Amino acid sequence: MKKTEIAVIGGGPAGLMASLAAAEMGARVTLIDRNSRLGGQLVKQTHMFFGSEKEYASIRGIDIGKILSAEVLKNPRIETMLDSTVIGYYPDDGVLGVEVEEKTFVKIKPEKVIVATGASEKFLPFENNDLPGIYGAGAVQTLMNEHGVIPGDNVLMVGAGNIGLIVSYQLMQAGVNVKAIIDAAPNIGGYWVHASKVARLGVPIMTSYTVKAAYANELTGALERAVIWQVDNKWQPIPGTEKVLKVDVICISVGLSPLAEILWQAGCKMKYVPQLGGHVALRNENMETTVPGVYVAGDVAGVEEASSAMIEGRLAGLNAAKSLGYDNGTFNEKRREALEQLESLRSGPVGEKIRQGLAQLVS
Amino acid sequence: MRIVKHPILSFERGREVEFTFDGRKMKGYEGEPIAAALHDNGVRVLSYSKHLHRARGFYCAIGNCSSCLMTVNGEPNVRVCTEKLREGMVVETQKGRGDIK
Ligand SMILES: Cc1cc2nc3c(=O)[nH]c(=O)nc-3n(C[C@H](O)[C@H](O)[C@H](O)COP(=O)(O)OP(=O)(O)OC[C@H]3O[C@@H](n4cnc5c(N)ncnc54)[C@H](O)[C@@H]3O)c2cc1C
Ligand code: FES
Repeated sequence: MKKTEIAVIGGGPAGLMASLAAAEMGARVTLIDRNSRLGGQLVKQTHMFFGSEKEYASIRGIDIGKILSAEVLKNPRIETMLDSTVIGYYPDDGVLGVEVEEKTFVKIKPEKVIVATGASEKFLPFENNDLPGIYGAGAVQTLMNEHGVIPGDNVLMVGAGNIGLIVSYQLMQAGVNVKAIIDAAPNIGGYWVHASKVARLGVPIMTSYTVKAAYANELTGALERAVIWQVDNKWQPIPGTEKVLKVDVICISVGLSPLAEILWQAGCKMKYVPQLGGHVALRNENMETTVPGVYVAGDVAGVEEASSAMIEGRLAGLNAAKSLGYDNGTFNEKRREALEQLESLRSGPVGEKIRQGLAQLVS
Repeated sequence: MRIVKHPILSFERGREVEFTFDGRKMKGYEGEPIAAALHDNGVRVLSYSKHLHRARGFYCAIGNCSSCLMTVNGEPNVRVCTEKLREGMVVETQKGRGDIK
Protein backbone atom coordinates (compact mmCIF):
# COMPACT_ATOMS: atom_id res chain seq x y z
CA MET A 1 0.00 0.00 0.00
CA LYS A 2 1.24 3.40 -1.04
CA LYS A 3 0.85 6.32 1.37
CA THR A 4 0.55 10.02 0.63
CA GLU A 5 -0.58 13.15 2.46
CA ILE A 6 -2.95 14.52 -0.16
CA ALA A 7 -4.27 12.63 -3.18
CA VAL A 8 -5.65 14.83 -5.95
CA ILE A 9 -7.86 12.97 -8.42
CA GLY A 10 -7.92 14.64 -11.84
CA GLY A 11 -5.29 16.84 -13.47
CA GLY A 12 -7.48 19.46 -15.15
CA PRO A 13 -7.29 23.13 -14.15
CA ALA A 14 -8.89 22.40 -10.74
CA GLY A 15 -6.60 19.49 -9.85
CA LEU A 16 -3.46 21.26 -11.10
CA MET A 17 -4.15 24.34 -8.98
CA ALA A 18 -5.09 22.22 -5.96
CA SER A 19 -1.78 20.35 -6.19
CA LEU A 20 0.26 23.53 -6.56
CA ALA A 21 -1.48 25.28 -3.66
CA ALA A 22 -1.12 22.33 -1.27
CA ALA A 23 2.54 21.86 -2.20
CA GLU A 24 3.20 25.56 -1.73
CA MET A 25 1.95 25.28 1.86
CA GLY A 26 4.36 22.38 2.39
CA ALA A 27 2.25 19.25 1.93
CA ARG A 28 3.21 16.20 -0.16
CA VAL A 29 0.81 15.58 -3.01
CA THR A 30 0.07 12.66 -5.32
CA LEU A 31 -1.75 13.83 -8.46
CA ILE A 32 -3.56 11.11 -10.39
CA ASP A 33 -4.97 11.39 -13.92
CA ARG A 34 -6.20 8.73 -16.30
CA ASN A 35 -4.78 10.51 -19.37
CA SER A 36 -1.22 10.34 -20.64
CA ARG A 37 -0.87 14.07 -20.12
CA LEU A 38 -2.05 16.70 -17.66
CA GLY A 39 -4.40 19.59 -18.44
CA GLY A 40 -7.90 18.06 -18.57
CA GLN A 41 -10.23 19.87 -20.96
CA LEU A 42 -7.85 22.79 -21.36
CA VAL A 43 -5.66 20.84 -23.76
CA LYS A 44 -8.27 21.03 -26.53
CA GLN A 45 -9.13 24.67 -26.24
CA THR A 46 -7.54 26.61 -29.06
CA HIS A 47 -9.55 29.76 -28.45
CA MET A 48 -8.54 32.77 -26.36
CA PHE A 49 -9.97 32.36 -22.92
CA PHE A 50 -13.15 34.07 -21.86
CA GLY A 51 -12.02 33.64 -18.27
CA SER A 52 -12.19 36.81 -16.23
CA GLU A 53 -9.30 35.91 -13.96
CA LYS A 54 -6.79 38.62 -14.68
CA GLU A 55 -3.72 36.45 -15.17
CA TYR A 56 -5.20 34.13 -17.73
CA ALA A 57 -7.82 36.02 -19.74
CA SER A 58 -6.95 36.13 -23.47
CA ILE A 59 -4.44 33.31 -23.25
CA ARG A 60 -5.46 30.18 -25.14
CA GLY A 61 -6.71 27.32 -22.93
CA ILE A 62 -4.14 25.00 -24.43
CA ASP A 63 -1.33 27.32 -23.26
CA ILE A 64 -2.73 27.71 -19.73
CA GLY A 65 -2.75 23.92 -19.54
CA LYS A 66 0.91 23.80 -20.57
CA ILE A 67 1.99 26.48 -18.09
CA LEU A 68 0.28 24.82 -15.12
CA SER A 69 1.39 21.30 -16.08
CA ALA A 70 5.02 22.39 -16.35
CA GLU A 71 4.86 23.96 -12.88
CA VAL A 72 3.38 20.79 -11.42
CA LEU A 73 5.91 18.50 -13.07
CA LYS A 74 8.89 20.43 -11.74
CA ASN A 75 7.54 20.73 -8.19
CA PRO A 76 9.47 18.30 -5.94
CA ARG A 77 6.55 17.93 -3.51
CA ILE A 78 4.15 16.71 -6.21
CA GLU A 79 4.30 13.18 -7.54
CA THR A 80 2.30 12.74 -10.74
CA MET A 81 0.74 9.44 -11.78
CA LEU A 82 -0.43 9.42 -15.41
CA ASP A 83 -2.41 6.75 -17.26
CA SER A 84 -3.87 6.03 -13.83
CA THR A 85 -7.60 5.78 -13.23
CA VAL A 86 -9.11 5.93 -9.77
CA ILE A 87 -11.72 3.20 -9.93
CA GLY A 88 -12.86 3.05 -6.35
CA TYR A 89 -12.80 4.68 -2.95
CA TYR A 90 -13.24 2.49 0.08
CA PRO A 91 -14.55 4.78 2.80
CA ASP A 92 -14.10 2.31 5.66
CA ASP A 93 -10.34 2.44 5.49
CA GLY A 94 -9.96 5.52 3.29
CA VAL A 95 -8.18 3.70 0.48
CA LEU A 96 -8.22 4.58 -3.22
CA GLY A 97 -8.04 1.79 -5.80
CA VAL A 98 -6.05 2.91 -8.84
CA GLU A 99 -5.64 1.08 -12.13
CA VAL A 100 -2.29 1.97 -13.67
CA GLU A 101 -1.86 1.64 -17.45
CA GLU A 102 -4.75 -0.83 -17.51
CA LYS A 103 -2.37 -3.45 -16.11
CA THR A 104 -1.58 -3.03 -12.45
CA PHE A 105 -3.82 -2.27 -9.51
CA VAL A 106 -2.36 0.03 -6.86
CA LYS A 107 -3.85 0.90 -3.48
CA ILE A 108 -3.20 4.37 -2.12
CA LYS A 109 -3.95 5.55 1.38
CA PRO A 110 -4.05 9.34 1.51
CA GLU A 111 -4.73 11.46 4.55
CA LYS A 112 -6.85 13.87 2.51
CA VAL A 113 -8.51 13.50 -0.90
CA ILE A 114 -9.33 16.25 -3.38
CA VAL A 115 -11.76 15.09 -6.06
CA ALA A 116 -11.36 17.13 -9.27
CA THR A 117 -12.64 14.69 -11.88
CA GLY A 118 -14.49 17.22 -14.05
CA ALA A 119 -17.72 16.50 -15.92
CA SER A 120 -19.06 14.40 -18.76
CA GLU A 121 -21.29 15.34 -21.64
CA LYS A 122 -25.05 15.17 -21.50
CA PHE A 123 -27.13 13.43 -24.10
CA LEU A 124 -30.29 14.42 -25.95
CA PRO A 125 -33.30 12.16 -26.59
CA PHE A 126 -34.53 11.91 -30.21
CA GLU A 127 -35.27 9.14 -32.69
CA ASN A 128 -32.09 7.21 -33.63
CA ASN A 129 -29.91 9.29 -31.34
CA ASP A 130 -27.50 6.36 -31.04
CA LEU A 131 -26.30 6.32 -34.66
CA PRO A 132 -22.58 6.39 -35.36
CA GLY A 133 -21.84 9.97 -36.40
CA ILE A 134 -23.65 11.52 -33.44
CA TYR A 135 -20.90 12.73 -31.16
CA GLY A 136 -20.47 14.89 -28.09
CA ALA A 137 -18.97 18.33 -28.73
CA GLY A 138 -16.04 17.54 -26.48
CA ALA A 139 -15.46 14.32 -28.43
CA VAL A 140 -15.32 16.21 -31.70
CA GLN A 141 -12.92 18.65 -30.13
CA THR A 142 -10.72 15.84 -28.82
CA LEU A 143 -10.64 14.04 -32.17
CA MET A 144 -9.90 17.22 -34.06
CA ASN A 145 -7.64 19.29 -31.80
CA GLU A 146 -5.78 16.55 -29.99
CA HIS A 147 -5.53 13.87 -32.64
CA GLY A 148 -5.81 15.88 -35.84
CA VAL A 149 -8.64 13.87 -37.40
CA ILE A 150 -11.77 15.62 -38.68
CA PRO A 151 -15.12 14.12 -37.65
CA GLY A 152 -16.79 14.33 -41.08
CA ASP A 153 -17.74 16.73 -43.88
CA ASN A 154 -21.02 18.33 -42.84
CA VAL A 155 -21.99 19.01 -39.25
CA LEU A 156 -25.18 19.96 -37.46
CA MET A 157 -24.32 21.57 -34.12
CA VAL A 158 -26.96 21.19 -31.42
CA GLY A 159 -26.59 23.80 -28.68
CA ALA A 160 -25.72 27.48 -29.05
CA GLY A 161 -23.97 27.89 -25.71
CA ASN A 162 -20.31 28.83 -25.59
CA ILE A 163 -19.08 25.30 -26.20
CA GLY A 164 -21.35 24.79 -29.23
CA LEU A 165 -20.27 28.10 -30.72
CA ILE A 166 -16.58 27.58 -30.02
CA VAL A 167 -16.48 24.04 -31.37
CA SER A 168 -18.35 25.21 -34.51
CA TYR A 169 -15.67 27.81 -35.08
CA GLN A 170 -12.94 25.23 -34.52
CA LEU A 171 -14.63 22.89 -37.03
CA MET A 172 -14.56 25.64 -39.65
CA GLN A 173 -10.89 26.29 -38.84
CA ALA A 174 -10.21 22.64 -39.58
CA GLY A 175 -12.00 22.94 -42.92
CA VAL A 176 -15.30 21.26 -41.96
CA ASN A 177 -18.64 22.66 -43.11
CA VAL A 178 -21.03 23.56 -40.27
CA LYS A 179 -24.52 23.51 -41.84
CA ALA A 180 -26.34 25.06 -38.89
CA ILE A 181 -26.23 25.64 -35.16
CA ILE A 182 -29.59 25.02 -33.51
CA ASP A 183 -30.84 25.58 -29.98
CA ALA A 184 -34.23 24.87 -28.44
CA ALA A 185 -34.01 28.03 -26.34
CA PRO A 186 -35.35 31.24 -27.87
CA ASN A 187 -32.00 32.99 -27.32
CA ILE A 188 -28.36 32.27 -28.03
CA GLY A 189 -26.86 31.10 -24.73
CA GLY A 190 -23.20 31.82 -25.49
CA TYR A 191 -21.33 35.11 -25.56
CA TRP A 192 -21.83 37.47 -28.50
CA VAL A 193 -18.12 37.44 -29.41
CA HIS A 194 -18.31 33.75 -30.17
CA ALA A 195 -21.72 33.94 -31.88
CA SER A 196 -20.71 36.75 -34.20
CA LYS A 197 -17.50 34.94 -35.16
CA VAL A 198 -19.44 31.99 -36.59
CA ALA A 199 -22.26 34.14 -37.98
CA ARG A 200 -19.68 36.13 -39.94
CA LEU A 201 -18.51 32.90 -41.55
CA GLY A 202 -22.06 32.38 -42.78
CA VAL A 203 -23.30 29.69 -40.36
CA PRO A 204 -27.00 30.12 -39.56
CA ILE A 205 -27.79 30.07 -35.84
CA MET A 206 -31.40 28.85 -35.54
CA THR A 207 -32.98 29.38 -32.14
CA SER A 208 -36.22 27.60 -31.06
CA TYR A 209 -35.20 24.53 -33.07
CA THR A 210 -34.51 20.99 -31.91
CA VAL A 211 -33.70 17.60 -33.46
CA LYS A 212 -36.66 15.44 -34.42
CA ALA A 213 -34.84 12.42 -35.78
CA ALA A 214 -31.65 11.13 -37.37
CA TYR A 215 -31.34 8.63 -40.21
CA ALA A 216 -28.59 6.27 -41.28
CA ASN A 217 -27.20 5.41 -44.66
CA GLU A 218 -28.53 1.94 -45.48
CA LEU A 219 -25.15 0.67 -46.63
CA THR A 220 -22.81 2.04 -44.01
CA GLY A 221 -25.15 2.18 -41.03
CA ALA A 222 -23.78 5.61 -40.13
CA LEU A 223 -25.58 8.96 -39.97
CA GLU A 224 -26.63 10.52 -43.26
CA ARG A 225 -29.37 13.02 -42.50
CA ALA A 226 -31.03 14.91 -39.69
CA VAL A 227 -34.55 16.26 -39.38
CA ILE A 228 -35.00 19.34 -37.21
CA TRP A 229 -38.17 21.15 -36.20
CA GLN A 230 -39.26 24.29 -34.45
CA VAL A 231 -40.49 24.44 -30.86
CA ASP A 232 -42.96 26.93 -29.40
CA ASN A 233 -42.43 28.98 -26.25
CA LYS A 234 -43.49 25.98 -24.13
CA TRP A 235 -40.79 23.84 -25.77
CA GLN A 236 -43.42 21.83 -27.69
CA PRO A 237 -42.48 20.87 -31.27
CA ILE A 238 -44.57 22.42 -34.05
CA PRO A 239 -45.59 19.84 -36.72
CA GLY A 240 -45.10 21.08 -40.25
CA THR A 241 -41.93 23.02 -39.46
CA GLU A 242 -39.57 20.12 -40.25
CA LYS A 243 -36.38 20.73 -42.21
CA VAL A 244 -34.06 18.06 -43.56
CA LEU A 245 -30.30 18.56 -43.36
CA LYS A 246 -27.80 16.32 -45.12
CA VAL A 247 -25.14 15.85 -42.47
CA ASP A 248 -22.75 13.04 -41.55
CA VAL A 249 -22.13 14.41 -38.06
CA ILE A 250 -24.47 15.71 -35.37
CA CYS A 251 -22.52 17.34 -32.60
CA ILE A 252 -24.33 17.43 -29.25
CA SER A 253 -23.47 20.32 -27.01
CA VAL A 254 -26.26 20.55 -24.48
CA GLY A 255 -24.28 20.80 -21.29
CA LEU A 256 -22.19 18.75 -18.93
CA SER A 257 -22.91 16.83 -15.75
CA PRO A 258 -20.47 16.26 -12.87
CA LEU A 259 -18.44 13.01 -12.82
CA ALA A 260 -19.26 12.28 -9.20
CA GLU A 261 -18.94 8.49 -8.80
CA ILE A 262 -16.08 8.74 -6.31
CA LEU A 263 -18.09 11.14 -4.14
CA TRP A 264 -21.04 8.74 -4.05
CA GLN A 265 -18.69 5.93 -3.08
CA ALA A 266 -17.17 8.02 -0.33
CA GLY A 267 -20.64 8.53 1.13
CA CYS A 268 -20.74 12.31 0.62
CA LYS A 269 -24.14 13.84 0.97
CA MET A 270 -25.28 14.64 -2.58
CA LYS A 271 -27.95 16.93 -3.94
CA TYR A 272 -29.52 17.38 -7.37
CA VAL A 273 -28.95 20.98 -8.43
CA PRO A 274 -29.97 21.62 -12.06
CA GLN A 275 -28.11 24.96 -12.20
CA LEU A 276 -24.86 23.08 -11.52
CA GLY A 277 -25.44 20.30 -14.05
CA GLY A 278 -26.72 17.44 -11.87
CA HIS A 279 -25.83 15.73 -8.60
CA VAL A 280 -23.19 17.59 -6.59
CA ALA A 281 -21.76 17.14 -3.11
CA LEU A 282 -22.78 19.40 -0.26
CA ARG A 283 -19.72 21.27 0.97
CA ASN A 284 -18.55 24.10 3.17
CA GLU A 285 -16.70 27.27 2.20
CA ASN A 286 -13.40 25.38 2.35
CA MET A 287 -14.61 22.98 -0.38
CA GLU A 288 -14.77 20.13 2.14
CA THR A 289 -17.70 17.73 1.69
CA THR A 290 -19.80 16.15 4.45
CA VAL A 291 -17.15 13.41 4.68
CA PRO A 292 -14.26 14.97 6.63
CA GLY A 293 -11.05 15.02 4.62
CA VAL A 294 -12.78 14.69 1.23
CA TYR A 295 -12.68 17.91 -0.80
CA VAL A 296 -14.11 18.86 -4.22
CA ALA A 297 -13.07 21.39 -6.85
CA GLY A 298 -13.90 22.31 -10.45
CA ASP A 299 -16.68 20.98 -12.67
CA VAL A 300 -17.35 17.98 -10.41
CA ALA A 301 -18.29 20.46 -7.68
CA GLY A 302 -20.74 22.15 -10.08
CA VAL A 303 -20.30 22.75 -13.82
CA GLU A 304 -19.01 26.26 -14.30
CA GLU A 305 -15.88 27.27 -16.21
CA ALA A 306 -12.13 27.01 -16.04
CA SER A 307 -11.32 30.19 -14.10
CA SER A 308 -13.59 29.25 -11.22
CA ALA A 309 -12.32 25.65 -11.41
CA MET A 310 -8.78 26.96 -10.89
CA ILE A 311 -9.69 29.08 -7.89
CA GLU A 312 -11.80 26.33 -6.30
CA GLY A 313 -8.82 24.05 -6.80
CA ARG A 314 -6.52 26.48 -5.06
CA LEU A 315 -8.97 26.83 -2.19
CA ALA A 316 -9.31 23.07 -1.75
CA GLY A 317 -5.53 22.62 -1.90
CA LEU A 318 -4.86 25.35 0.66
CA ASN A 319 -7.46 24.03 3.10
CA ALA A 320 -6.47 20.38 2.78
CA ALA A 321 -2.83 21.30 3.49
CA LYS A 322 -3.78 23.53 6.41
CA SER A 323 -5.87 20.76 7.96
CA LEU A 324 -2.67 18.66 8.06
CA GLY A 325 -0.89 21.50 9.86
CA TYR A 326 0.92 23.00 6.84
CA ASP A 327 1.12 26.75 6.48
CA ASN A 328 4.04 28.67 4.99
CA GLY A 329 2.77 31.82 6.67
CA THR A 330 0.62 32.98 3.77
CA PHE A 331 -2.39 30.69 4.26
CA ASN A 332 -4.81 33.27 5.63
CA GLU A 333 -3.99 35.82 2.96
CA LYS A 334 -4.15 33.27 0.10
CA ARG A 335 -7.41 31.83 1.32
CA ARG A 336 -9.03 35.25 1.61
CA GLU A 337 -7.76 36.20 -1.84
CA ALA A 338 -9.26 33.06 -3.39
CA LEU A 339 -12.62 33.60 -1.72
CA GLU A 340 -12.71 37.18 -2.99
CA GLN A 341 -11.81 36.12 -6.52
CA LEU A 342 -14.58 33.54 -6.57
CA GLU A 343 -17.06 36.07 -5.37
CA SER A 344 -16.12 38.60 -8.01
CA LEU A 345 -16.20 35.95 -10.78
CA ARG A 346 -19.72 34.99 -9.79
CA SER A 347 -21.04 38.50 -9.33
CA GLY A 348 -23.18 40.24 -11.92
CA PRO A 349 -25.78 38.78 -14.27
CA VAL A 350 -23.47 36.13 -15.78
CA GLY A 351 -23.05 34.49 -12.38
CA GLU A 352 -26.75 34.50 -11.52
CA LYS A 353 -27.41 30.84 -12.33
CA ILE A 354 -24.30 29.67 -10.47
CA ARG A 355 -25.21 31.74 -7.41
CA GLN A 356 -28.69 30.20 -7.35
CA GLY A 357 -27.14 26.74 -7.59
CA LEU A 358 -24.54 27.31 -4.90
CA ALA A 359 -27.10 28.73 -2.50
CA GLN A 360 -28.60 25.22 -2.33
CA LEU A 361 -25.30 23.59 -1.54
CA VAL A 362 -23.34 25.02 1.31
CA SER A 363 -23.52 22.57 4.19
CA MET B 1 -9.44 12.46 -42.78
CA ARG B 2 -6.32 14.03 -41.31
CA ILE B 3 -5.93 17.73 -40.72
CA VAL B 4 -2.78 18.67 -42.59
CA LYS B 5 -2.61 22.41 -42.09
CA HIS B 6 -4.18 24.15 -39.11
CA PRO B 7 -4.07 27.89 -38.35
CA ILE B 8 -3.18 27.34 -34.65
CA LEU B 9 -2.21 23.75 -33.96
CA SER B 10 0.54 21.48 -35.12
CA PHE B 11 0.24 17.76 -34.50
CA GLU B 12 2.99 15.56 -33.14
CA ARG B 13 2.26 12.14 -34.53
CA GLY B 14 3.93 8.84 -33.72
CA ARG B 15 5.43 6.63 -36.42
CA GLU B 16 3.12 5.15 -39.02
CA VAL B 17 2.04 1.60 -38.19
CA GLU B 18 -0.15 -1.07 -39.79
CA PHE B 19 -3.11 -2.74 -38.10
CA THR B 20 -6.14 -4.69 -39.27
CA PHE B 21 -9.82 -3.95 -38.94
CA ASP B 22 -12.02 -7.01 -39.55
CA GLY B 23 -9.15 -8.44 -41.56
CA ARG B 24 -8.61 -5.32 -43.70
CA LYS B 25 -5.14 -3.74 -43.55
CA MET B 26 -5.11 -0.13 -42.39
CA LYS B 27 -2.59 2.52 -41.42
CA GLY B 28 -2.51 4.79 -38.42
CA TYR B 29 -0.06 6.49 -36.09
CA GLU B 30 1.38 4.68 -33.10
CA GLY B 31 0.03 5.92 -29.77
CA GLU B 32 -3.08 7.65 -31.08
CA PRO B 33 -6.45 6.24 -29.96
CA ILE B 34 -7.58 3.30 -32.10
CA ALA B 35 -10.84 5.19 -32.73
CA ALA B 36 -8.97 8.13 -34.30
CA ALA B 37 -7.11 5.83 -36.68
CA LEU B 38 -10.34 4.02 -37.62
CA HIS B 39 -12.18 7.27 -38.18
CA ASP B 40 -9.40 8.47 -40.47
CA ASN B 41 -9.88 5.25 -42.47
CA GLY B 42 -13.60 5.96 -42.77
CA VAL B 43 -14.75 3.45 -40.14
CA ARG B 44 -17.53 4.83 -37.95
CA VAL B 45 -19.47 1.70 -36.97
CA LEU B 46 -17.50 0.08 -34.14
CA SER B 47 -19.93 -2.46 -32.68
CA TYR B 48 -23.50 -3.76 -32.66
CA SER B 49 -25.61 -3.59 -29.53
CA LYS B 50 -26.56 -6.65 -27.51
CA HIS B 51 -30.35 -6.81 -27.89
CA LEU B 52 -31.43 -4.79 -30.90
CA HIS B 53 -28.14 -5.14 -32.83
CA ARG B 54 -27.97 -1.44 -33.49
CA ALA B 55 -24.81 0.06 -34.92
CA ARG B 56 -22.64 1.94 -32.41
CA GLY B 57 -19.95 4.55 -32.83
CA PHE B 58 -18.01 6.51 -30.23
CA TYR B 59 -19.68 9.32 -28.30
CA CYS B 60 -17.54 10.97 -25.62
CA ALA B 61 -14.03 10.07 -26.87
CA ILE B 62 -12.57 10.33 -23.35
CA GLY B 63 -13.44 6.96 -21.83
CA ASN B 64 -16.62 7.91 -19.97
CA CYS B 65 -19.54 6.35 -21.85
CA SER B 66 -18.57 2.86 -23.15
CA SER B 67 -20.13 3.56 -26.54
CA CYS B 68 -16.96 2.49 -28.36
CA LEU B 69 -16.34 -1.09 -27.23
CA MET B 70 -14.50 -3.33 -29.71
CA THR B 71 -12.53 -6.55 -29.72
CA VAL B 72 -8.79 -5.86 -29.77
CA ASN B 73 -6.24 -8.66 -30.11
CA GLY B 74 -9.01 -11.08 -29.15
CA GLU B 75 -10.02 -9.22 -26.00
CA PRO B 76 -13.61 -7.87 -26.03
CA ASN B 77 -14.98 -4.65 -24.51
CA VAL B 78 -11.92 -2.48 -25.14
CA ARG B 79 -12.71 1.24 -25.17
CA VAL B 80 -11.05 2.20 -28.44
CA CYS B 81 -11.44 5.93 -27.85
CA THR B 82 -8.67 5.76 -25.25
CA GLU B 83 -6.79 2.53 -26.12
CA LYS B 84 -3.58 3.40 -27.94
CA LEU B 85 -2.83 2.03 -31.40
CA ARG B 86 0.16 -0.34 -31.68
CA GLU B 87 1.85 -2.02 -34.64
CA GLY B 88 0.03 -5.12 -35.85
CA MET B 89 -3.07 -4.77 -33.68
CA VAL B 90 -6.03 -6.92 -34.65
CA VAL B 91 -9.16 -4.82 -34.26
CA GLU B 92 -12.62 -6.32 -34.78
CA THR B 93 -16.20 -5.12 -34.78
CA GLN B 94 -17.82 -6.34 -31.58
CA LYS B 95 -21.22 -8.00 -31.74
CA GLY B 96 -23.11 -8.13 -28.47
CA ARG B 97 -21.36 -8.23 -25.17
CA GLY B 98 -18.34 -10.33 -26.15
CA ASP B 99 -16.95 -13.43 -24.49
CA ILE B 100 -13.91 -13.59 -22.27
CA LYS B 101 -11.80 -16.53 -23.33
C1 LIG C 1 -15.30 22.88 -25.70
C2 LIG C 1 -15.06 23.56 -24.37
C3 LIG C 1 -14.67 24.89 -24.35
C4 LIG C 1 -14.47 25.54 -23.13
N1 LIG C 1 -14.05 26.85 -23.11
C5 LIG C 1 -13.82 27.49 -21.93
C6 LIG C 1 -13.33 28.85 -21.88
O1 LIG C 1 -13.08 29.49 -22.90
N2 LIG C 1 -13.18 29.43 -20.66
C7 LIG C 1 -13.46 28.77 -19.52
O2 LIG C 1 -13.30 29.35 -18.45
N3 LIG C 1 -13.88 27.49 -19.55
C8 LIG C 1 -14.08 26.83 -20.71
N4 LIG C 1 -14.52 25.52 -20.72
C9 LIG C 1 -14.82 24.86 -19.44
C10 LIG C 1 -13.57 24.36 -18.77
O3 LIG C 1 -12.78 23.64 -19.67
C11 LIG C 1 -13.94 23.46 -17.63
O4 LIG C 1 -14.83 24.14 -16.79
C12 LIG C 1 -12.69 23.08 -16.85
O5 LIG C 1 -11.81 22.35 -17.67
C13 LIG C 1 -13.06 22.26 -15.62
O6 LIG C 1 -11.88 21.91 -14.95
P1 LIG C 1 -11.77 20.63 -14.07
O7 LIG C 1 -10.36 20.58 -13.60
O8 LIG C 1 -12.86 20.63 -13.08
O9 LIG C 1 -12.10 19.39 -15.03
P2 LIG C 1 -11.37 18.80 -16.32
O10 LIG C 1 -10.63 19.83 -17.08
O11 LIG C 1 -12.44 18.03 -17.03
O12 LIG C 1 -10.31 17.76 -15.72
C14 LIG C 1 -10.69 16.59 -15.04
C15 LIG C 1 -9.56 15.57 -15.15
O13 LIG C 1 -9.85 14.48 -14.30
C16 LIG C 1 -9.49 13.28 -14.93
N5 LIG C 1 -10.28 12.20 -14.33
C17 LIG C 1 -11.64 12.08 -14.30
N6 LIG C 1 -12.00 10.97 -13.63
C18 LIG C 1 -10.86 10.37 -13.21
C19 LIG C 1 -10.56 9.20 -12.45
N7 LIG C 1 -11.54 8.42 -11.98
N8 LIG C 1 -9.27 8.88 -12.21
C20 LIG C 1 -8.27 9.67 -12.69
N9 LIG C 1 -8.48 10.80 -13.40
C21 LIG C 1 -9.75 11.14 -13.66
C22 LIG C 1 -9.80 13.54 -16.38
O14 LIG C 1 -9.06 12.71 -17.22
C23 LIG C 1 -9.39 15.01 -16.54
O15 LIG C 1 -8.04 15.15 -16.93
C24 LIG C 1 -14.70 24.83 -21.92
C25 LIG C 1 -15.07 23.49 -21.95
C26 LIG C 1 -15.25 22.83 -23.14
C27 LIG C 1 -15.65 21.37 -23.16
S1 FES D 1 -16.58 6.96 -26.66
FE1 FES D 1 -17.18 7.10 -24.61
S2 FES D 1 -15.97 5.58 -23.69
FE2 FES D 1 -15.21 5.62 -25.70
